[in-house]
Amino acid sequence: MVELTSLTIAGLREGFRSGEFSAREIAEAFNTAVAAARALNAYTVETPEDALAAADAADKARGSAELGPLAGIPLGIKDLFATQGVDTTSGSRILKGFKPPYESTVSANLRKAGAGMLGKLNMDEFAMGSSNETSAYGAVISPWRRKGSNVGLTPGGSSGGSAAAVAAGIAPGATGTDTGGSIRQPAAFAGISGIKPTYGRCSRWGIVAFASSLDQAGPMAKSVRDCAILLEVMAGFDPKDSTSLNLPVPQWEAGLSSDLKGKRVGIPKEYRIDGVPAEINSLWDQGIEWLKDAGATPVEISLPHTKYALPTYYIIAPAEASSNLARYDGVRYGLRVEGVHTLDDMYSATRAAGFGAEVKRRIMIGTYVLSAGFYDAYFTKAQKVRALIKQDFRKAFEQCDVILTPTAPSAAFGIGETTDPLAMYLNDVFAVPASLAGLPAMSVPGGLDGQGLPLGLHLIGNELDEQTVLNAGLAIEERAGFSARPEKWWS
Amino acid sequence: MNDYRIQGETGEWEVVVGLEVHAQVTSNAKLFSGASTEFGAEPNTQVSLVDAAMPGMLPVPNRECIRQAVRTGMALEAKINKWSRFDRKNYFYADLPQGYQISQLYHPLVGEGELEVLVDEKDESSAKRIGIERIHVEQDAGKLMHDQHATMSYVDLNRCGVALMEIVSRPDMRSPAETGAYLRKLRSILRYVGSCDGNMEEGSMRADVNVSVRKPGGELGTRTETKNVNSVRFVMAVVEHEAKRQVELLESGGEIAQETRLYDPDKNVTRSLRSKEDAHDYRYFPDPDLLPLELDDAFLEECRATLPELPDAKRKRYQEQGITPYNASVLTAEVETARWFDALLDAGAEPKQAANWVVAELFGALNRRGESIEASPVTPGQAAELLGLVADGTISGTIAKQVFEIMLETGQGAGAIVEERGLRQTSDTGAIDAEIDRILAANADKVEQYKAGKQQLFGFFVGQTMKAMAGKANPQVVNERLRAKLS
Repeated sequence: MVELTSLTIAGLREGFRSGEFSAREIAEAFNTAVAAARALNAYTVETPEDALAAADAADKARGSAELGPLAGIPLGIKDLFATQGVDTTSGSRILKGFKPPYESTVSANLRKAGAGMLGKLNMDEFAMGSSNETSAYGAVISPWRRKGSNVGLTPGGSSGGSAAAVAAGIAPGATGTDTGGSIRQPAAFAGISGIKPTYGRCSRWGIVAFASSLDQAGPMAKSVRDCAILLEVMAGFDPKDSTSLNLPVPQWEAGLSSDLKGKRVGIPKEYRIDGVPAEINSLWDQGIEWLKDAGATPVEISLPHTKYALPTYYIIAPAEASSNLARYDGVRYGLRVEGVHTLDDMYSATRAAGFGAEVKRRIMIGTYVLSAGFYDAYFTKAQKVRALIKQDFRKAFEQCDVILTPTAPSAAFGIGETTDPLAMYLNDVFAVPASLAGLPAMSVPGGLDGQGLPLGLHLIGNELDEQTVLNAGLAIEERAGFSARPEKWWS
Repeated sequence: MNDYRIQGETGEWEVVVGLEVHAQVTSNAKLFSGASTEFGAEPNTQVSLVDAAMPGMLPVPNRECIRQAVRTGMALEAKINKWSRFDRKNYFYADLPQGYQISQLYHPLVGEGELEVLVDEKDESSAKRIGIERIHVEQDAGKLMHDQHATMSYVDLNRCGVALMEIVSRPDMRSPAETGAYLRKLRSILRYVGSCDGNMEEGSMRADVNVSVRKPGGELGTRTETKNVNSVRFVMAVVEHEAKRQVELLESGGEIAQETRLYDPDKNVTRSLRSKEDAHDYRYFPDPDLLPLELDDAFLEECRATLPELPDAKRKRYQEQGITPYNASVLTAEVETARWFDALLDAGAEPKQAANWVVAELFGALNRRGESIEASPVTPGQAAELLGLVADGTISGTIAKQVFEIMLETGQGAGAIVEERGLRQTSDTGAIDAEIDRILAANADKVEQYKAGKQQLFGFFVGQTMKAMAGKANPQVVNERLRAKLS
C-alpha cells in the first residue's frame, strides 16, 4: 500500500473518494507520523481526536452530496489562528494556555469544507521572525539537513512549523500567514509551495494580529494544485473583517494551466542584489528558461523603490504591532504577573515576562516611530514610500503579467547561526515588496543547492490575479521536477 | 448687553471658553461591535469579543452610528466630509482593553459648522454665533469600580466601545451665560435630531471645558481643560471659578499651567489632575483594521431627508404665526414641548391663543403636578377641543380654566364637561340685561361716581355681572350692554 503521508492533498482526495482508502486511515497515518516526529517541534499542540472525528464524519458522508471539498483531509493549523477550545498561543508565553471561545474564519472555512485538524503549528512569536527561533515553545527543527551534516537547520519563519510539517510529511497541508514573507520564505527553505493571496482575500478575523495592513493567510502544501485547493476554501468575503474583499472566490484549481503562451514575465533588474549566492541567481535564470519553455516571454522591468522596501516594512509593521499587542496586558486573559502593587507595575511585569526579545524589540521600534516628533520622519515617510512601491508594481504590470524573482537570498541556515537582527531581516528582502503592495505572491521549489538544501522561486502577480501566479508556479513545478524529500532522521 | 468681565486688581479681564462635548450616539449597538448599549445593565453583560479585545477580533463600523453623527453635523450646518478615517489613540488603562481608543484625529467625519444661541431667551438681540470646529466619532471606554473590593478595582466593560460624538467648539464663548446657552442649545439640537438623548445625569453627554483669561481683546492666555463636567450648571460654575482662579493667580505673579483639571461639585472648585509634562504621547496613527469611511450621495441624502424641523426654523415659523418671540423660544427649547405643541396646532388650535395657553396654563399645571409634558394627562387633541370652545365663544376664558382643572382630574373631554355641568357661555342679552339692571340699581352710588368720571369702575360692573352670571356670560356682550346702559 502507498504511504499515505507522502501523498498530495489532491492524491488523498482522489484515493478517499474512489474508496482506495478511508479518511480514518488517512487521519491515523498522519496522527502516527505526528507523534513520531516530535523531535522537529513542529506542533505545539497535537489534536489527533479532532482529525479522527473529522475523518469519521467524512467516511460517513462519502458518496453523499454533503461531502465537502476537503472531506477526509487533515491539516495543520498555524498557532496564530484562533481555534475554539484549543490552545492558541501565537508562539508566545503571554498567551500560554489561552483557549479562545471562537474559531477564526479561515480555519472555520476549512472545517466546514470537511477538513480535520492534526494540531497547532509552532511559529515565531507573534509571527515576528524568519527562523522560528523566537517561539516561546522552542525552535522548530527543519527536517532538512545539509549533506553529510547533523547541524540543526531552521525551517524559516514565521510559518516554520507549517513548512516543516508539510516537508516532513506530518501534515499534507497547513495554514500559514504572511506579513512580510512568512509563508514564502519558509516554503522555500522547506522545499514546498506556499501562496500569499491578494490582501483581503482571506479574512483576518480570528487571526492573532501582527501588522493588520500586511497580514494575510494562505496555504502551504506539497504542490501548486494543493495550494489552489486549499486557498479556494480559505478565501472569501467576511463581513466581520472590514478589509476583507467582497468578491467571489475564483475556481483556481479548475483554472490551473501551465500553458503560459502570451504571458509576459517581468524580471526586476533591481532584484540582482550583491551578496546573493550565485546558485540562487543561476536558479533564477533557470526559472526564466522554464517559463519561456512554457510559452511566456521574459521582459526586464524596473521596481525602483525596491531598495526602500525593507526599511519601510520595518517601520510600518512594528508600528502596527506596537499597537496591536497593547491588548496583552494581563487584565483579561493570558499571563498575569501577580504580586505587584500598581496597575502600571502589573503591565510592565506581565509584558516583560510574557514577550520575548524580538517582540519587545519590535514594540519598541514601533512605539518610537509613532512617537510625537518622530511620526512624520518615520511613519508618514514610510507610508509615502509604501505608496511609491505600490505604484512601481502598477507600472510594472502594464508591461508584464507576472514577476519572477528568487524567494529568499539564501537557503536554510543553521539554528543559532544568525544572531544579528538586521541580518535576519534581510531574509525577506525579496518577499517584502509584494506584502507592502498587497499583491499575491507564491514560492515554489526550484531545486537544491550544492549542500542539498531546497531553493525557491518567487512569483508575484497583479492584484486579484492569483490564477496567473498559480499557473506560472505550476509551469515551474512541472519543469523543475522537484521531488527531493528530506531523509527521515527524526523517527 | 453688557460684556462679562472679571474685576481684578489690575483692571478688567475677559474669559475665553471652548467646549469639547462628548455625546453618546443613540444606537442599539456599539460603534464597532454588535453589543447592546442599553444603560443600567448588570456589569459586563453587554460585552462582545471585540469590546473585550480578544486576540484576532476586528472592528466593523456600525452604519447607524455614522448616520447619526452625519445628521448631527447637518443640523449644525457643518461640512460633512465624504472621506474620513479612523485613527488609533494609544494608551494603557484598565478600562481600555484594546490599549487604544479608535477615534478620528486627522480626518474627522464632520468639519466646520456653527450654532446660534440666544444668551437671553427673551431678547432676540442677545443672539450670538458660536463656531463648531469639528465633530468626530470615537469609542467610549469602560468603567472602573473602586468600591467593590478592599484591594482591587473592578472593570465594567458595558460602556466600552459605545459610540461617542466629540463636538468641538471654537473658543468663541465669553461668559458663563454664553457657555450655558451654547450647551443647552447643543443639547436641544441633539435631542431634536435624535442622535443623543442629552441625558447628562446618566453621562450620555459630558463636557470638557477649556478656559483661559486675557485682558479684553488681548492675546489668548494659556488654557486649562476641566474634564467630564456633567451638567449645564456645573459647566457654568467651572467657567466662573476657573476664570476667577486664573485672574487671581496671574495678578499675584503666577503663571497658568496648561493642565487637565477636575471639577468637584461638592466643594465647587477645580483641582489639577495632571500637567502637560505627564501628558500621554498617544501615538495616533490610522487604524489599519478599518478602511477609510467613504460616504456616497445617496447616504447623505438619506441623512438629510430624515432631519426634523430644527429649533431655529421652528421658532421662526411660530413667530410668523403670530406667537411672541418669548413664547416661541420657550416652546422650541425642548423637543418634547415642540412636538406636543405641533400636535396641538395640527389638531386645529389657533397658534397665538394656543401658545399663550400652553405657556401659562399647561406649564403651570404640569409644574404644580410635577409632570413632564410627555406624561401630560391632557392630550394635544383634548387641549385643542378646549381651546376651540373658547375660540367659538362656547365658554369664556374663566370657565376654560375650570374645565381644564376638571380635565386634569378626570381625563374627560372639554365638550363633555361643558355639557354635563352646564358651563356653556350665554350671549342671551335678555338675561344679561336683567342682571345688569339689578347690579346698577344696587350700586347707584358707584354709577354716579362712574358718570362723574371714575372710568375704572367699569371693570367693577363687568366683574359683578360675570359673578352674577356664574362666569357663563359672554364677556363681549356684557361689555357692550354695560357700555350702552352707562352712557
